[in-house]
Amino acid sequence: MIEIEALTKDYLALTVVDHVSLTVADGEIAVVVGTSGSGKTTLLRMINRLIEPTSGSVRIDGEDTRALPAFELRRRIGYAIQGHGLFPHRTVGQNIATVPSLLGWDRARIDRRVDELLELFQLPPGEFRDRMPSELSGGQQQRVGVARALAAEPKLLLMDEPFGALDPIIRAKAQSDLLAIQKRFGTTIVLVTHDMEEAIHLGDRIAVMDKGQLLQYAPPAEIIARPATPFVAELIGTGERPFRLLSLTRVRELVEPGPAQGAPISPDATLRDAYAEMLWTGRDILPVVDATGASLGRIRRDDIAHRAERPQ
Amino acid sequence: MTTVETASPRLPLAVDKLGVLIAAVAAVAAFMPFAAFRANRIVLGEAKGIFAALPGWEATLLVLVLLAGMAIAITKVPTLWRLATSLVVVALLFVAVGQAGTYLTPPGDRIARVSPGGGFWLLVFAFALLAADAITRLKLKPWRRIAVLAAVAAFFAILLASGTLNDLSILREYFNRGETFWREAQTHLELALGSLVAATVAGIPIGILCYRSDALRAPVLNVLNAIQTIPSIALFGLLIAPLAWVAANVPGAALLGVAGVGAAPAMVALFAYSLLPVVANTVVGLQGVPPAADDAARGMGMTDWQRLVQVQFPLAFPVILTGIRIVLVQNIGLATIAALIGGGGFGVFVFQGVTQTAMDLVLLGAVPTVALAFAAAVVLDAAVELVSPREIPRD
Amino acid sequence: MKPGLIVRLVVLALLVAFVVTPQSFAWVFQPLTKNGQPAIYTQNTLLVLTLSHLAIVAVATLLATMLAVGLAILVTRPFGAEFLPLSRSLANIGQTFPPVAVLALAVPVLGFGWQPTLVALFLYGLLPIFENALTGLTTLPPAVTEAARGVGMTDRQRLIQVELPLATPVILAGIRLSVVISVATATIGSTVAAWTLGEVIIAGLLSNNIAFVAQGGLVVGTIAVLIYDGLSAVERMLMRRTGQRTGT
Repeated sequence: MIEIEALTKDYLALTVVDHVSLTVADGEIAVVVGTSGSGKTTLLRMINRLIEPTSGSVRIDGEDTRALPAFELRRRIGYAIQGHGLFPHRTVGQNIATVPSLLGWDRARIDRRVDELLELFQLPPGEFRDRMPSELSGGQQQRVGVARALAAEPKLLLMDEPFGALDPIIRAKAQSDLLAIQKRFGTTIVLVTHDMEEAIHLGDRIAVMDKGQLLQYAPPAEIIARPATPFVAELIGTGERPFRLLSLTRVRELVEPGPAQGAPISPDATLRDAYAEMLWTGRDILPVVDATGASLGRIRRDDIAHRAERPQ
Repeated sequence: MTTVETASPRLPLAVDKLGVLIAAVAAVAAFMPFAAFRANRIVLGEAKGIFAALPGWEATLLVLVLLAGMAIAITKVPTLWRLATSLVVVALLFVAVGQAGTYLTPPGDRIARVSPGGGFWLLVFAFALLAADAITRLKLKPWRRIAVLAAVAAFFAILLASGTLNDLSILREYFNRGETFWREAQTHLELALGSLVAATVAGIPIGILCYRSDALRAPVLNVLNAIQTIPSIALFGLLIAPLAWVAANVPGAALLGVAGVGAAPAMVALFAYSLLPVVANTVVGLQGVPPAADDAARGMGMTDWQRLVQVQFPLAFPVILTGIRIVLVQNIGLATIAALIGGGGFGVFVFQGVTQTAMDLVLLGAVPTVALAFAAAVVLDAAVELVSPREIPRD
Repeated sequence: MKPGLIVRLVVLALLVAFVVTPQSFAWVFQPLTKNGQPAIYTQNTLLVLTLSHLAIVAVATLLATMLAVGLAILVTRPFGAEFLPLSRSLANIGQTFPPVAVLALAVPVLGFGWQPTLVALFLYGLLPIFENALTGLTTLPPAVTEAARGVGMTDRQRLIQVELPLATPVILAGIRLSVVISVATATIGSTVAAWTLGEVIIAGLLSNNIAFVAQGGLVVGTIAVLIYDGLSAVERMLMRRTGQRTGT
């Protein structure tokens, strides 16, 4: 668990982060959203003390982050940034092995871990371990960047716009990969982005920041339903609200028994996907069929529309 | 709420680290020989400290000024003060060393030599360093830098004209060969500037061609690179044989001044050295033209020639001028070596001085060369900055 | 083998052969002599002069590299930050000093022989290496240095594992410039009685023997070009190895 308490950063007269307090539970993804200059990156970098706070405190599992030297703290925390920051003079394998080597793991354990992570990120070790970062595509570099951040099995992973440099298709894939890996390791993640769509997609909780202040910290549904300030509402986009709400729920949750015509939809699709499919194909009811081909029932347009209403 | 001490606001520190270093150097230098006295030109010198080299009250005054200068160097005073202080101290050092010359030379003695000692040079170095630091920190605008240079040059001109330094050995050497000095100065400038003009006239078109033609670029630049690499004296030497042949076999060549030794091979070699910076910077400058600007020019219907003259060349000019700066500074230095093949220039005094073990003579050649190179660098750096587009500060 | 490599090896072989047994090449230089002048310089053997020339350059460059890189590291740490602007402009100003002047001015302090040459080479050689080391250490990609901090490297680990390896190609370019200038300045060093190949050229100029001038010039010129070329190749290889873009 991460407890951030009244964390503040002043640069001379300018307060970049102003008494921000928030808590992230174990295994949760907290996404910090804000425009540029909102202080979101500064907040993130104060967690692993790349920036020293002016005042306030950060506790990880109850232990104050100032209890150890900064570099030791950072070795326990994964850190992935936009533009990946891979060391261009080291191979992919050496890059991933950075923190385990710093921690003094033995050779065999490091090698095992590197190969395991490469497999996990769909980069066959035999092919990729000894390549140089410059020989990879943007998406591959980004995956290696995240793999490096996870190498020493950190319980906490900090990510600063990790997908900012990727094109939309690769970005969507990287996001779903991240969710899968997070589920597998149970890593707690704090991720910074300026993209509300990404925040809603990834976050268990979203922290909205503006001008150094934390405006709202809540689960996505609540942020959408009850934005705390006009700024938060603007960031969500008023016209987008019902659709953002639909994107939070899976088809599985609204399945009811009964027949339906036409092409089926997956139970793991979001309500937003299902609604779009209905509009596009002019149907009111879609059959729901899972990946094994087993029919689960159907989903109705009215039920979906009801879910898009402002929650009370 | 706990406060983290690491980010405490910076206290205005009273002590300047660089100033401490400079003061330490100056303190050591003050105990080193300020001037050296020799009964004649080539015997070993007799070292004189500040108090031995100057009359009592002058020496005391100098020491006080030095102490004040050191104190100002150490404390964090406004940069402009530091600059003023350092310039005043350097100026006084030169006046003082001139005084030492007069004081140490027995009246009427034309053979005795007084030269500035290691302590003097080190003191000048220390306070010049302080001045350089102040100028760097002030981030002076180009015209102001040139003004500072002009002021320094004017000071030395006045100092020399006033006769204050006349009893110093380097000026004794000068008075022994006044006419020769100015003749060699002229030769030196002709060599350095002539080859620069020739290289600019030839190099820019070659650069444009290399920019246009991929096939031409690599070979031309590689050959020019290889030429730059050959040591000057070797290149001068290697040109002797072919030029001698040309002089002997091409009718009229000898009349034009082409000869195996002398200024001709020196000029040709300096020209060859100068080509690389001019050509390479022309290519780099043209390659650096933003594609959008070039594209827009094409889109507006400019011909190739119009595009070159109105868009590409003006945008590449600062880089080309940087190349010319490199050439000029380099040629002023390299022209010294022309003396070894009878080409003249300040090198004549340097190498004569070396063979006669007369350091004053070496200085007579080296000091103007260094001063010229330095002035050329300052002026052209300022010019490059003046013609460069202003950088728009981001954020 | 690539043709470029073959040319280089042939040139190197010719150079070695000439330096070791210059007399076998006397016929090449004979046409340049007049009035029965000797075709090959024999006062000192070319081999001794070449080795001594190279030794002076090597020692000066090694010392200059150690000091220059050390200083560059120092002024790019927080502790030395106050010295950074000045050292930058000093490296710039210093290079306007002609190397010959540095050489000539070293004589009064050190007398004649190899010492003033070594000192002049060392002092002048510092500047390009220092300037490039500064450039290399201050223009690292920000994402990489940020990542190095983020993964928990200490200052020393960052310097040794990330900053220096990435700056190495740029530093090497400085060493290459420095070596080229040193080879040239060492040649002039023979005017202050250092044993270098300049001796052959100067002897030729003094005795009006163009054969001497040509052989001295050829040997020095070839050595300079070969060293420059070899170091450029190493640099390109390092650039590739460190995954950075190669220049033109």
